Amino acid sequence: MTQPVSPPRGSTGGTGGTGEEVPKASGKSGPRVAFARADVRTLSLLGVLAALVLIGGITAPDAFLDTRNLQLVLTQASVIGVVTVGMTFVIVSGGIDLSVGAIVALASVWATTVATQEFGFAGILFTAVAVGVGCGLVNGVLVAYGGMVPFIATLAMLASARGLALQITDGSTQVVTVSSVLDLGERDAYVLGIPPLVLVFAVVTVIGWLVLNRTTFGRRTVAVGGNAEAARLAGIDVRRQRLYLYVLSGLCCGIAAFLLIVLSGSGQNTNGNLYELDAIAAAIIGGTLLTGGRGTIVGSVLGVLIFTTITNIFALNNLQTDVQQIAKGAIIVAAVLVQRRTASTT
Amino acid sequence: MAPEPPLLTMSGITKSFPGVRALDGVDLDVQAGEVHCLLGQNGAGKSTLIKVLAGAHQPDGGTITWHGEPVTLKSPIAAVRRGIATMYQELDLVEHLSVAENVYLGHEPTAAGLVVRGRAAKESTAALLRRLGHPEVDPARLVGDLSAAQQQIVSMARALSHDVRLIVMDEPTAALDPDETDNLFRIVGDLTADGVAVIYISHRLEEIRRIGDRVTVLKDGRSVAGGLPAKTTPTREVVALMTGRTVEYVFPERPAGTAQPPTGTPLLEVRGLARAGEFEPFDLTVHPGEIVGLAGLVGSGRSEILETVYGARKPTAGRVLVDGKPLRPGSVRAAVAAGLGLAPEERKAQALLMLESVTRNVSVSSMSRFSRGGWMDRGAESAAARTAVRELSLRPDNPDVPVRTLSGGNQQKAVLARWLLRGCKVLLLDEPTRGVDVGARAELYAVVRRLADEGLAVLLVSSEVPEVLGLADRVLVLREGRIVHRAPARELDEHRVLDLVMEGSSSVSPTSPVSPSSPMEGTPAS
Repeated sequence: MTQPVSPPRGSTGGTGGTGEEVPKASGKSGPRVAFARADVRTLSLLGVLAALVLIGGITAPDAFLDTRNLQLVLTQASVIGVVTVGMTFVIVSGGIDLSVGAIVALASVWATTVATQEFGFAGILFTAVAVGVGCGLVNGVLVAYGGMVPFIATLAMLASARGLALQITDGSTQVVTVSSVLDLGERDAYVLGIPPLVLVFAVVTVIGWLVLNRTTFGRRTVAVGGNAEAARLAGIDVRRQRLYLYVLSGLCCGIAAFLLIVLSGSGQNTNGNLYELDAIAAAIIGGTLLTGGRGTIVGSVLGVLIFTTITNIFALNNLQTDVQQIAKGAIIVAAVLVQRRTASTT
Repeated sequence: MAPEPPLLTMSGITKSFPGVRALDGVDLDVQAGEVHCLLGQNGAGKSTLIKVLAGAHQPDGGTITWHGEPVTLKSPIAAVRRGIATMYQELDLVEHLSVAENVYLGHEPTAAGLVVRGRAAKESTAALLRRLGHPEVDPARLVGDLSAAQQQIVSMARALSHDVRLIVMDEPTAALDPDETDNLFRIVGDLTADGVAVIYISHRLEEIRRIGDRVTVLKDGRSVAGGLPAKTTPTREVVALMTGRTVEYVFPERPAGTAQPPTGTPLLEVRGLARAGEFEPFDLTVHPGEIVGLAGLVGSGRSEILETVYGARKPTAGRVLVDGKPLRPGSVRAAVAAGLGLAPEERKAQALLMLESVTRNVSVSSMSRFSRGGWMDRGAESAAARTAVRELSLRPDNPDVPVRTLSGGNQQKAVLARWLLRGCKVLLLDEPTRGVDVGARAELYAVVRRLADEGLAVLLVSSEVPEVLGLADRVLVLREGRIVHRAPARELDEHRVLDLVMEGSSSVSPTSPVSPSSPMEGTPAS
């Protein structure tokens, strides 16, 4: 009675022979167009990054182009970069996660308590990730099943997680004594010739890209963000998808918290301050629509690198953070205006 | 022979939207102090016409003459400044503001042009409400706390807070009970006595007889008759004008043997399904190869029924069976898993991912089929989408194009392709040809019929009676949440159905002579 149209009734292994050659023959033009559009955006972000490197090289020729300094830029970008990958997923799905900075803070202090440090490297890593996932789970349940607006639910988490972090530390800095963790943060620590933090950032980026672009999970994320009602009526479990996405964001915060512990050799309740704004800003200038339905991991990562480079250049030129903040704001406005123009012409 | 120049003359108004010609030459003249009724079926162009008059849409062609001089109404504010006020069917009130704030929204009485004089606004609002026969409505109350009828009054007070010469009322009695309707008609009488003109839109012919002076009939975006006397024009003539078509819809042949009711296990069975306040319990069966139509006006509960069958709304009673197995109520996922597919009324808002390609729109319900341990098999996906798109002769036949670049008819085909790919057994179609060009409709009808011939069960909802009669095998007529009539489509004609949905307001005999072939084309025998 059923009249499915297509040949590949999807046995898991092989697909129907007839359907195989068709997409190769004609599947070219469309993706190529899509690539072309994505390329324009990526190229313009790369252009901005190149211009910044040029400015850095001119204003602080010796300090900026030093290998150590460039390595430092990448290392600093790693922490916020991992957070931004998770944030990109949430924004693509039409949500927002304001609690990322607070989760990073809570995870970093929970993972560096004296009790946790007794379990060594594994204890610290596990606790950071578990706290991140746990907070994400709470966010997800509140948003997906409690019917709360993501802004409010994650704002509440922001407040509570920061408060809990302060309660745990009582305001003091918790110094890490586990040497295997501290070793990873050494200036000359390399894994496969890459600083370990940067390696983690790269791996998270690649996995994030694959998940968003090549998996059913990524497709569902985009569908929910593009049109939640249509996704629901198409048979997608929108609520479960939302739950997973906040958990994913929490997971990224847990990883970032671990990186921060490695980088600073400590856990503090003030960690991750304003990460939510940096991550959102990076995603937005990377081309992710705040209304959901469209976004790229590559763009978000370039956004992070642009912000980190600016911070570095300003620091090398002895400009204060106030000037940095103003410049960041201006860049966000400029990037969004440019994107609106390109969006309206295409 | 008008004794004096008309207050308003619209002539040759045209307006197109992408893929649809909504107005195709409308003439309308309105005299001061008259109640001028606009009649026409859904999609005839009434809403577009009043939006042009309200300044919300700009016409592509034609002229508007107001007080004898040609005008352009650039914006809703421009229309209001000239004295044209519109009361939309969907009331455009701000729920979180008070009655007085709503009435004077945008033209608040101010001191020194800056400070809102709240008390003055309240006092004049109270005066307006007294004039409208509702002194009990407190100007300080929030509009969200008022009943539908009171909100209607607020909307009218807002119209009258301007120096208004013409009020457009779109289905103003839809939410009113008989007493409130009487009050509304009294107000209309007062207004026209003061020389204010009213353009009155209603589906209820008896209302038009009661308060109307003249009638203009719209059909397929044209005015087919203007200035008919409202009280004396025979119902039969009005209905004939509304339904007689210049454009012939071509409906596919029904397969032989549908004359007898089908037997065996129905693919879709509905038992006593109901949702309190929306529709009453009803039964329904659809067999493989069968198209069953639900005919009813906007607000008759037809979309609600379809969405409840689909699990998008939770029923308060009854259940739905597919292939004899009951579905978990209120679960879209259960419905989809059991083989149901919905092509919803609001295609863009409820079905399509507008930022995505056709392929991704088609595959969205079948992702598990292309999942290889969570990874999308994009080759298989693309091939399957391409086949589905070809199967339905969707144009362009390249499924990599963004879905938003497609015409309405092809977007609808993309939605159908989604369910074909899924292997769906029961197709629920809600207003399948809304926003679809006349030419593309015949093709869509043929597709639906072919899918039925291939063994699908189709449940069709439409406010366009000829569509239901032409496409469906059996028809259920719905009025105010109740099934009032069931019959094979061959035994019904458009007049009869319109009569049933418009609350028996006409005296068309149920057995009007119809040749057996004529309802197939959906044209009244004349």
